[in-house]
Amino acid sequence: MSTAVIRYIDKPHPVTGVTNAKLGTWCFLASEVMLFGALFSAYVLLRTGVSEWPHGSQFLNVPLATLNTLILITSSVTMVMSWASLMLKQFGKYRLYLAITILLALAFLVVKGFEYGHKFEHHHFPSTNTFYAIYFTLTGLHGLHVIGGVVVNAYFLFFGKRMWETHPEQFAGRIECAGLYWHFVDLVWIFLFPVLYLL
Amino acid sequence: MDHGSKEHIERQVKVYISVFAALAFLTVVTVAVSYLKLPFAAGVAVALFIALIKGSLVAAFFMHLLTEKQIIFSILAVTALFFAFLLLLPAITSAEVMSYVS
Repeated sequence: MSTAVIRYIDKPHPVTGVTNAKLGTWCFLASEVMLFGALFSAYVLLRTGVSEWPHGSQFLNVPLATLNTLILITSSVTMVMSWASLMLKQFGKYRLYLAITILLALAFLVVKGFEYGHKFEHHHFPSTNTFYAIYFTLTGLHGLHVIGGVVVNAYFLFFGKRMWETHPEQFAGRIECAGLYWHFVDLVWIFLFPVLYLL
Repeated sequence: MDHGSKEHIERQVKVYISVFAALAFLTVVTVAVSYLKLPFAAGVAVALFIALIKGSLVAAFFMHLLTEKQIIFSILAVTALFFAFLLLLPAITSAEVMSYVS
């Protein structure tokens, strides 16, 4: 029996011009856009459906969210730098930048944890009102995506060396795909931040 | 120039740093504008416009959309179409409710 091999994972497909891995990642991100798009749509519907809606800064901690925005933006640049380091054949720098990316993601989650903790202390839960329901849903789903990114990046940080030594092009492609996902997570937050906290 | 060449990547690294500085600056601008207490519609427009610029920077440079192949843009075009429809749904629903009420 022949072994099935997934082709064009390190070289571009002659028809599409991109690797199958990258094409698959973009299709996945397209489905993610629809997932968050549905929730943004629900937010608009809920907000426009009532006569009064609280200003985000009245209930949410804007300085903490600003800090988290800066943390996520910084993690996005360290993620792309880790990919660039691989392209420059600097594996040590790649690991350093990826480790910083993971630490920044964890810092984001810790800050978010403080924010959630403060809300729970004051008995503000998703069931409290519509504002908190949509706030916890959107930020909670985004937080789960951050955790997913940490898991993937940690896998590449601790188990990537062997693949880099045997299939460097494929490994660089994997980091590029992981980066695409991570930048998408950053992109979602770029819109969540003003919509929830500042408007 | 070959997009995978050492010179190209080294030049890109400098671009990444510049984009990072622009994103950080725009984040501060977003927060600063929110303290101006603009009218609601203007506040929404400014906040979303800045977010759109920041998102475009991330997509264009960090996600390499500037140099991406046609197939990726085709996927994104379909996604944008459905995304726009999703965001229009509340407006359509509101219009229906308003006509029912009147």
